[in-house]
Order: sequence, then C-alpha cells, then structure tokens
Amino acid sequence: MTLRLAAIEHLPSGWVALYLVRPDAGIMPAMLPGQFVEVGVDRSRVLLNRPISILNRTDDALELLVAPIGRATKVLAGYNVGDDVRIIAPLGQGFSTDFAAGSRVLLVGGGVGIAPLYYQARTLARSGCHVEVIFGMRSTPDAEIVKRFGSVADLHICTDDGSAGFHGLVTGHPAFAGEWDFVQVCGPKPMMRACRQLAMSRDIPGEVSLENMMACGLGACLCCVEKTVKGNVCVCKEGPVFKFDMLTW
Amino acid sequence: MVDLSTKLKDLELKNPVLTASGTFGYGDEYADFINLEALGGFVVKGTTFEPRQGNDYPRMAETPMGMLNCVGLQNGGVELFVAEKWPALRNLDTVPIVNVSGARVEDYVACAERLASLDGLKAIELNISCPNVKQGGMAFGTTTDGAASVVEAVRRVWPRHLMVKLSPNVTSIVDIARAVEDAGADSVSLINTLLGMAVDVERRRPVLSTVTGGLSGPAVKPVAVRMVWQVAHAVNIPVVGLGGISSASDALEFIMAGASAIQVGTANFVNPRVTIEIIEGLGDYCRRHGVGRLMDLKGII
Repeated sequence: MTLRLAAIEHLPSGWVALYLVRPDAGIMPAMLPGQFVEVGVDRSRVLLNRPISILNRTDDALELLVAPIGRATKVLAGYNVGDDVRIIAPLGQGFSTDFAAGSRVLLVGGGVGIAPLYYQARTLARSGCHVEVIFGMRSTPDAEIVKRFGSVADLHICTDDGSAGFHGLVTGHPAFAGEWDFVQVCGPKPMMRACRQLAMSRDIPGEVSLENMMACGLGACLCCVEKTVKGNVCVCKEGPVFKFDMLTW
Repeated sequence: MVDLSTKLKDLELKNPVLTASGTFGYGDEYADFINLEALGGFVVKGTTFEPRQGNDYPRMAETPMGMLNCVGLQNGGVELFVAEKWPALRNLDTVPIVNVSGARVEDYVACAERLASLDGLKAIELNISCPNVKQGGMAFGTTTDGAASVVEAVRRVWPRHLMVKLSPNVTSIVDIARAVEDAGADSVSLINTLLGMAVDVERRRPVLSTVTGGLSGPAVKPVAVRMVWQVAHAVNIPVVGLGGISSASDALEFIMAGASAIQVGTANFVNPRVTIEIIEGLGDYCRRHGVGRLMDLKGII
C-alpha cells in the first residue's frame, strides 16, 4: 500500500520519526506491536525494501523511527511532508501481549531498537500490566523520545558515556534486578544475548526481536534465517520476535 | 482481445509469466498479494530428495541493483513437498513446476521419480546450476558431459515436461544448452545466478557466510538477455528467459531475444505484485502496438 508522509520529526540525535497516514484518510490497517513493515525507498537507488519496526500504530497513523545509517535510511530521513511512501505491512510475529492484568513486564531497548517498545509499552499499559522500560544508549537520548516513553511506562536510562541516567549496561541497571514476570528485548545482538542469559538464569521467560538482514520480508527468499531449536527459520516470518527458549544462543 | 498464451512444447501456459525458483516459496507466501491462478505458472523452491538446512547466516548481500545470496537450497525434502505442499497446488488453475536439485545424480533421480508419481504435476525444472551447494549443483551444469549425464538419468524416470535450468558461469552456455537438448530436455531456462562476492570493508570480511554467492536482480539482466539470444539461436527446444526481469518491458526484451516464457525472480522481493503488473503490461504493450498474439514477437531479433 502507499502511505503519505504527514509529518516528519528530526530529532537532535539524527533519528527521524515518520508519521504516515493513508492518502484517503482511511483507517490504518491493524498491526501488532513487534511486527514490522517493509518500506520501499525507491529514490535511494537501492533495490530491496527496508524492514522497519513499528514505533506506533493508531487508527489514524503509522509511526516509524529511523536511524539514518545506511544509504536507504539516509534517503528515507530526507523525505518531505507530502511524499508518498510505499510499504508492505504488517509483517512477522510480534511481541506477546496476552498477560494477565497486573503482570510485571520489563522492556529493554538498545539504541534505535527501542522503536517497537513504545507500541508494546502502550499496549501493555492499556491491558493493566505494570510496565517498566530500560533504555541503553551511547549518550543522552532525545528528550522527545524520553517524554514519549515516559507517558506510558516507568523509564530508566543507561548510557555508555554516563551523560544521562545509569552509567553502564542495561543488565547492570538496578531495575533489571526487580521481580519480573516477562522480559522483552530489542537492540544490538550482544545486548540481547546478555539480557536473555541474565533473565534465563533467574527463570524469567521472555522474548527478543531480531533484525537479521532480509531480502523479501515474506518468508520466500530464506535469507534472514536464524538457527533455532527447530532448525533454520526465517526471522521475517517466524519472527522477528522469538521466545528465549527458541534460540540456540 | 490480446492472446498472451504460449507453449513450451506440449506444456500450455495461459501467459508467459512464471516465477523463478527460490524467490516464490511454494506460492502461498504470495497468496495475500496476488491471485496465483493469474500466472502462467510458478516454479517452487528448489527441492531435494533429503531435507536440507542450507548454509549459515549471513546469506544475503545487497549490491548495486542486485543482490547476492547463498541460501544453499534449504528445503524440507521431497516427501515434505508431497505431503504438505502439493495438496494446495494440485488443483490450482495454473502450472506449478517443481525445481529439482541434488548433490549426486542418484539424488536427482530419486527426487524426480518421487515427483513422477504425482498425477497433475506437469513439469519439473532441473537445477544443474545452483552456485551455493558444494559437491554438485553447479558442478553438473558447468560441463557438457556433466549436464548431459544428469538430464539423461532424470529423463528415464520423469515422463512429462523436463525443463533444465542453466548456469551462466560457463565458457559457452550454448554448448551446455545443446548438450541438454541432446540428452532429452524439453526446454531450457536461463540464467541461474552469476557467481559473485562482496566484502565488508569495515569488518574486513566477506559479507556472505560462504564467501561467494549468486548474483541476481536488474544488474544481471543484460547478461541474461545476451545468453537467451545466443541459446535461442542454437537449440530447437523452447527457451525460458530469466535474470533481472522487473517490468513488462524487461520481459519483452527476453521474448524478442527468443524466449517462449519468462521467469520473475528477485523483483518479487521488492514488489510482491510485480508478476501481475508484468502480465497487465504485456497486454497493454500488445494493444498499443497492434499485436494480436504476444508470441508473434518471439525471437524477432
């Protein structure tokens, strides 16, 4: 489908938040937290679409958070309000959300990996869960992002350089040591490995969201596979969210 | 009314647009996007006698207007295909084609023999050109004797349409095409991927787990058109063209160069509806140019 860029927010860190609406002003198709969209970046002269996680979905809009790192994401960050954006959505299996009211769920994000956790935190908060979020960042996160997450969950910040919040890794943050019913993680692989290991050592179940390189996003090309207890499976179709015990890390 | 139909010997297709093996799963991956029955046919994922886990991740590298892959024929094996995939395909009003791969001649034969028992399966495509599997695959497709030996062996057990997919990683694709024609192939499809490589200079390592992989996408199209043109002039069996096709005009290049049908591969990853848009575009072209029968354009160059 083709969506229209209704607003774009350039954050001080360089990240951009894209606010996409349907050109006919219709209702945005249903998408679940942790699912992703394939975004066509036709004018970037790259061939393949780019998998981008869902920052938020409302009836009115789809919001994406993009870190301009590669050629396509840099071009995407340069789009203007009114531009059309080609997407395929929703794709993949999202985070678990079927927790009893009052469940204590810890969300842990690293870098731009925090993106899907906003929609997840918002969804869980609505169903009466107690949600806390730990952000691991290189340096002080964008105030806008902090404000947004702070509106739906208790937020803890860790920075590598100590410029804000806890000086150290997410696994060292005191909040991680609390009592949790479930942990959900999205970020760089070493961080996800460490979170999974720590949680499993305390018998806390959980999930990670992987970002293996994809070509199709549909389960057809078999490029984005992850080794699991069921053998090689496509991250785009069986994931991107996997239960801790599915992985062979 | 424009006639888009085509024939590969006795195999009738409602239009010349097929999908390339390994880019279209078993069709169901695309059923949310297109009506599979609108296709001339589709070639399913490379199927081997035994299940295969494929190569390690990373399996993909994007390159200028193309991509490298080293999937390595991950599939559940022919028995899984027969039990779980075929029932959904057998009653479709289109032509599913099974791509058959193997490491040894016996594997190809065993796989083809099992598939021969499926009533309604009209065609297989013999993959003697996968660049991503050690011991076999492409090894058969790079010599005339090797290619002929697999085709002859499979010909004995497979009674219906036998398409043979050729590797471009050879000195003379024409010689290989002639060899498989003599060995009993009903058609040839070309090209499989071009062997390529990409390096991650920051990490100073190859991008792909297997170092080299198969290049596909628009980048390979001129090479593919040239090879289709050469082969179409050298053999008497139909030629199926593929390599970087992502529009009706790309498809027409192959048809004018001599292809009786075409396959769409990597473009499915970018736009899951591209096959339908190509079929519509072929009709539009014919109307615009007053062509009543698309295949009148075949081999005009």
